[in-house]
Amino acid sequence: MAYLDHAATTPMLPEAIEAMTAQLAVTGNASSLHAAGRRARRTVEEAREALAEALGARPSEVVLTSGGTEADNLAVKGLYWARRAADPRRNRVLACPVEHHAVLDAVDWLAEHEGANVEYLPVDSYGRVHPEAFREAVERDPSDVAFATVMWANNEIGTVMPVRELADIAAEFGIPLHSDAVQAVGQLDVGFAASGLAAMTVSGHKIGGPYGIGALLLGREYTPVPVLHGGGQERHVRSGTLDVPAVAAFAVAGRLAAERREDFAREIGALRDRLVGAVLDAVPDAILGGDPDDRLPANAHFTFPGCEGDSLLLLLDAQGIECSTGSACTAGVAQPSHVLLATGTDPDLARGTLRFSLGHTSTVEDVEAVAKAIGPAVERARTAGLS
Amino acid sequence: MTETRQRPLRVLAAMSGGVDSAVAAARAAEAGHDVTGVHLALSANPQSFRTGARGCCTIEDSRDARRAADVIGIPFYVWDLAERFREDVVEDFVAEYEAGRTPNPCLRCNEKIKFAALLDKALALGFDAVCTGHYATVVLREDGTRELHRASDMAKDQSYVLGVLDERQLAHAMFPLGDTLTTKDEIRAEAERRGLAVAKKPDSHDICFIADGDTQGFLAGRLGRAEGDIVDESGAKVGTHDGAYGFTIGQRKGLRIGRPAPDGKPRYVLDISPVNNTVTVGPAEALEVSALTAVKPRWCGTAPSGPGTYTAQLRAHGGETEVSAELVDGELRVAFTEPVRGVAPGQAIVLYDGTRVVGSATIAATTRRQSHVTA
Repeated sequence: MAYLDHAATTPMLPEAIEAMTAQLAVTGNASSLHAAGRRARRTVEEAREALAEALGARPSEVVLTSGGTEADNLAVKGLYWARRAADPRRNRVLACPVEHHAVLDAVDWLAEHEGANVEYLPVDSYGRVHPEAFREAVERDPSDVAFATVMWANNEIGTVMPVRELADIAAEFGIPLHSDAVQAVGQLDVGFAASGLAAMTVSGHKIGGPYGIGALLLGREYTPVPVLHGGGQERHVRSGTLDVPAVAAFAVAGRLAAERREDFAREIGALRDRLVGAVLDAVPDAILGGDPDDRLPANAHFTFPGCEGDSLLLLLDAQGIECSTGSACTAGVAQPSHVLLATGTDPDLARGTLRFSLGHTSTVEDVEAVAKAIGPAVERARTAGLS
Repeated sequence: MTETRQRPLRVLAAMSGGVDSAVAAARAAEAGHDVTGVHLALSANPQSFRTGARGCCTIEDSRDARRAADVIGIPFYVWDLAERFREDVVEDFVAEYEAGRTPNPCLRCNEKIKFAALLDKALALGFDAVCTGHYATVVLREDGTRELHRASDMAKDQSYVLGVLDERQLAHAMFPLGDTLTTKDEIRAEAERRGLAVAKKPDSHDICFIADGDTQGFLAGRLGRAEGDIVDESGAKVGTHDGAYGFTIGQRKGLRIGRPAPDGKPRYVLDISPVNNTVTVGPAEALEVSALTAVKPRWCGTAPSGPGTYTAQLRAHGGETEVSAELVDGELRVAFTEPVRGVAPGQAIVLYDGTRVVGSATIAATTRRQSHVTA
């Protein structure tokens, strides 16, 4: 088996499994006042401190959530509601069109239900938002901007965004900028304080932690309106009893992701380059998606003209190679990726995509398996054509 | 005359989300074939959930099919054939009604989608066969040719809607339920035994792309209302209708004729004339057809050379009737031994030799004892 879909989820690290299983047998609600509660709270707070350190933030800036999707929803909806409540003129949302659906659909929901005026920022053929374009959009009327959101790196094509420059511009006008950094953690330097962001989304299971846990790093001066109301946990912006075992394991994964980041990025980048070379050798007219240089080191994305991505997936799956078309499904039907369409790719071409994403268990053998299989698979998928 | 395919094949199992196709896929896998499940997304705007027992194009059906594939332990994909389905089945359906004929969309789907678009893609991707939950039997003869036969259980037989398949299509078709001499309850019990959650799912009926079952409403939505006359055999007006396309020859219900016939007997649709938007009604005897011609013949094997005697089926779930048939200038000329009633142009006539499907053709015109009808 060659598992090359680490951007979807990556195997849990043994250290994280150990931390999680150790906590599963321990009783305690971190909100309780008795000894069991205090014990749980200590575990949670130590985990919060470890995560804060790993992500260059203060512990109080770590708002634990059920994952990336919830963190994105909290940032998008919560910041919009709070900013508009403070000044009703603020109904403009500046968003990047290549966001994950957790941001995109939340933003569209605001447009449909909350009167948001959503403005999608222009992107280049690599899917990148340029600081000048962002500045232009802000300067048209800085007073009506509720917030802006631009992901740190794209989950499909791997392009890295100039987040710090964008954050500088946002800060100049006092506009909160949110960034979904789910794919970037562990591969890029995503220090929160240094970024100048108002809010940043991170997720556990993309970095070797468990499913169902994530966090919104949230500057102390921001109080988004909650999406979940209840017991008032997590600075009163995210109610719900904390999942202590998951939090503990998330912290271990976060710490290791930070510690290992530079070595991992270098090594996985070399392996990825080898995979890209092998695919382009086997299929000379394949098109590498995203920025060829300034991209996530573990991401390789290709478009294969004349192929249906689904056909390629089926053929590779049958040979034990697990990857993704990179695009979302509607009722299980692959749609041309909104990311590729936003970069100006022809819709027919956009149907023939594959994303290989590497991770901590990836090997040279995995790359060799792809090198061997991809040529015949593309040939066969071309015969099947576009239905 | 037995199913002799023992070599493991790469099989693509079309899985609707219903119990039959799930059990068919499970049987194919159990027989040692390398099976991959595929659900066909046939609607551009799928409904989330089934309403009643209808339809096969909902997101829920897709999930049911996926769940069944997971239990069987086979890979599963959803293929979007909505555009092909719209062009080849839905638009054909509307155009046929508009022309005063009565199409069978399931037959068209087997001909153009399941054993054409799907089969072609499957073959291109390296599969050997497409497997479905139809009740029919493919027989591999010693000379290597294949025959399509009725299912072992005549009550469940679906060979009529497969009568459009030619020998090449049959060579790549697998119907694991065809030799089932069991009731539907037993198929459900088998699904239950295999751990398939679709075991208790209601059967689908009617036309899958008309979710509420209201064919008249669907056609009215597509073709608009066009009020016209209902006349009797003498040409006298006896009522009005909202669109001639909404009628089928032999139809009795829904005519809304206030005045009873002089003889007091029920009246039936005898003829639909889209050109002057007129529906002709008359007594049951006037429906009796002694002969017909049918076009676009398709043969399961070699075409018969001379005239022959066959049994014929004229509609899905219809009975058998004895005919003599001959191919003349590419058209099938059929004479009935005993007159039959309610033969609608647009439907298929499927010819059988015993249990063997000989071929099929689309009914173009019928000869009544009194008159000749073309639609």
